[in-house]
Amino acid sequence: MKLTLKIWRQKNASAKGNFETYQMDNVSPEMAFLEMLDSLNKRLVEEDKDPVAFDHDCREGICGSCGMYINGHPHGPVPAITTCHLSMRFFKDGETVWIEPWRAKPFPVIKDLIVDRTAFDKIQIACGFISVNTGSAPEANNILIPKKISDEAFNSAICIGCGACVAACKNASAMLFVSAKISQYALLPQGRVEAKERVRAMVDKMDEVGFGSCSNTGACEAECPKQIKITNIARMNREFFKAF
Amino acid sequence: MGKLDAKIPAGPLAQKWTNYKATTKLVNPANKKKLEIIVIGTGLSGAGASSALGELGYSVKTFCYQDSPRRAHSVAAQGGINAAKNYQSDNDSVYRLFYDMIKGGDFRAREANVYRAAEVSNQVIDHYTALGVPFARDYGGTLNTRSFGGVQVSRTFYSSGQTGQQCLLGTYSSLNRQIKSGNVKMFPRREMLDLVLIEGKARGIITRNLVSGEIERHSAHAVVLATGGYGTIYFLSTLAVNSNASAAWKAHKKGAFFANPSFVQIHPTSIPQLNEFQSKLTLMSESLRNDGRIWVPKTKGDKRHANDIPEEERDYYLERRYPTFGNLVPRDVASRAAKERCDAGYGIGETGLAVNLDFRDAIKKQGKKAIENKYGNLFEMYRNITGIDSYVEPMRIYPAGHYTMGGLWVDYELMTTIPGLYSIGESNFSDHGANRLGASSLMQASGDGYFILPNTINNYLSGEISVPKISTDRLEFAEAEKASIERLNKLISIKGKKNAGSFHKRLGKIMWDHCGMSRNEAGLKEALKLINELKEEFWKELNVTGSLNEVNPELEKAGRVADYFELAELLVTDALNRKESCGAHFREEYQTPDGEAMRNDEEFTYVAAWEYAGEGKPPVLHKEELKFEEVEMKVRSYK
Repeated sequence: MKLTLKIWRQKNASAKGNFETYQMDNVSPEMAFLEMLDSLNKRLVEEDKDPVAFDHDCREGICGSCGMYINGHPHGPVPAITTCHLSMRFFKDGETVWIEPWRAKPFPVIKDLIVDRTAFDKIQIACGFISVNTGSAPEANNILIPKKISDEAFNSAICIGCGACVAACKNASAMLFVSAKISQYALLPQGRVEAKERVRAMVDKMDEVGFGSCSNTGACEAECPKQIKITNIARMNREFFKAF
Repeated sequence: MGKLDAKIPAGPLAQKWTNYKATTKLVNPANKKKLEIIVIGTGLSGAGASSALGELGYSVKTFCYQDSPRRAHSVAAQGGINAAKNYQSDNDSVYRLFYDMIKGGDFRAREANVYRAAEVSNQVIDHYTALGVPFARDYGGTLNTRSFGGVQVSRTFYSSGQTGQQCLLGTYSSLNRQIKSGNVKMFPRREMLDLVLIEGKARGIITRNLVSGEIERHSAHAVVLATGGYGTIYFLSTLAVNSNASAAWKAHKKGAFFANPSFVQIHPTSIPQLNEFQSKLTLMSESLRNDGRIWVPKTKGDKRHANDIPEEERDYYLERRYPTFGNLVPRDVASRAAKERCDAGYGIGETGLAVNLDFRDAIKKQGKKAIENKYGNLFEMYRNITGIDSYVEPMRIYPAGHYTMGGLWVDYELMTTIPGLYSIGESNFSDHGANRLGASSLMQASGDGYFILPNTINNYLSGEISVPKISTDRLEFAEAEKASIERLNKLISIKGKKNAGSFHKRLGKIMWDHCGMSRNEAGLKEALKLINELKEEFWKELNVTGSLNEVNPELEKAGRVADYFELAELLVTDALNRKESCGAHFREEYQTPDGEAMRNDEEFTYVAAWEYAGEGKPPVLHKEELKFEEVEMKVRSYK
């Protein structure tokens, strides 16, 4: 099929960006979206033009590297998948596809579609952990955790840290991301010990690095490739109020 | 002892690690702060080692090429992590885990290292649980396990089909704690360009900042490579597309021996290649073989829909050939059996390069809900990619390049042949012999990082306490930096027409066709010729756009592909040298009449450790003879 791509090109963080138009004549519906971009880049290199830069790595939806707005949606129009899992069979012949980087102040553009997400790491460094030294753990089965609780913690723990929630939010709020981590630890007995310090430190850091507030719109949940629930945000709020 | 001293401690196998820890030299806590350690890579081994070394008080500098340490490819491991807990009371023990690994590796791994890996496995599970890793649990609140290929016990701990992600995020959290405490300084988006040696010791690295393009010098008292495997040498593999061997290869060229490079695991259950543009193959976890049955039609070229083929016309070839282990034979055996059926014309789908993995019977017996609980995310992933619902029809699978048992040669302390340079996790060669059993890579990487290296590196560093911080102004750094810049400029200045990716793809095809699941002398010799021709073409026709001083993924890729040409030659050379079939290394000339691998213990019970001899010179082979004191070498049978 034939597609018209409108891709955001920006040389570096300080440059002014703009959309460039690229015609794609031979797109197979069997291609993955990133493979379509690979083929564009191959052509650009052959023409000695600068290829489009984008983050990607595992290409199986788990590392969280990839992520771009595709036709106005983080990770594209298909729910519950990452950009690397998006198949070209979801696009129509002759369609124009708009491709942009995440737009959020705490995620400055590095080049083209690559953004800087170290703000996420900073929040995790603030207290996204359980303080246990190597070698000092008790025998694993001494910690009994009801299956239901453990499964619920797992459902929060599967966040891949891609940033789609922030990109989807009109306030660039990181509440879904932060609350998923808070929830995982708040649910588990191992994490309860530091629960108060954790929620305060992570929320403080989240505000400090410039993420906005949550206004319960739910766009984050709708766009999350891993379907993390906004009930995590409610739990984080409860944890936060309990922490003072 | 010659050049290769594995430094295996004396004493009975089960006592070696205990004895080692009790007698090794230590570093005073006050001195640890003054000692710097560089760790490259942030998977389970690298981030685990960084955390544990930070906790001990060392000054650690950790590097990764991704934007965040949380993205290292350990994240993609699906099925699980082994430990000898014997929670199921099914006769498991440290010894049995050790034995399964030794046998699974076809008696080409070092006994002492493997025993130790099994020994620390239980601590790994305790540690991850304490870190909040949500492993699957039973209704009573205890941890659950499942079975994996090549064993008859249930010892694999798991978090649905994303165990690697959960373990890695746990490890990332412990790394973050050390970053916060200031013991670890994190350098993301950095690529190691070279290793710096001073008076023969590893003293630092040259990196490129992948954002600014700046070439940087970093010094330390010891360097740890935790850089993963080289499975992407096949281009299409289950690895992250940016995974590469460059750091290990640079170390090799500086004097670290490379061991058993031809031992590459081809994983039996990957989603088959769908089209020519494909950039990677997606794995379907081996755990699926617990409940899925593998079959092809009994009639050649049967093009009926799988569900329309009646039971009596299906060939469950693994159950037929290996009644004892059935669908749970080890990966190398399962992969070869799939290739055998497809080569004989029984493969399914348009290409004929696929077999069925069928859950019909399991769903009938256990219900859809139970299967969904165990493998939900895998079925979902399969549907996303292929559009097929495997709850109602079988998955189609085919083998794909996956894991490299080969890697940098290390001794018992995980030190390479360069003093002060360590290699841990998949990047070393030590624990899996000629074939790795499922769920033992997370186990080994975590064990190396958290529990082994932090207990062995002290022995070396105790001799370094009087060495002051190493200046990066030294000539050795300047020279390594200059050489790195020259190489990058050389790549940029070729100004041909083709991108690096197109060469990578062609190299991958050569490797897959001639040095993949089965190999023969003529094919391997042909491969050497083809690799060389392609390498020459690469250095004439490559185009790298952009410059050194900016974000430049084409430049990164070009450097990695250039290194792969050199490693590919070594890999093929090693495969040619090993005139036997063992584990994943199947030489067609050496097989039993019923097509099973035939080892040659008399001549090949050794680790082939290759020394780099210089540009254009053949590598020098050093042999580490493997001595089996505890186990008896047997024909590896799963029948």
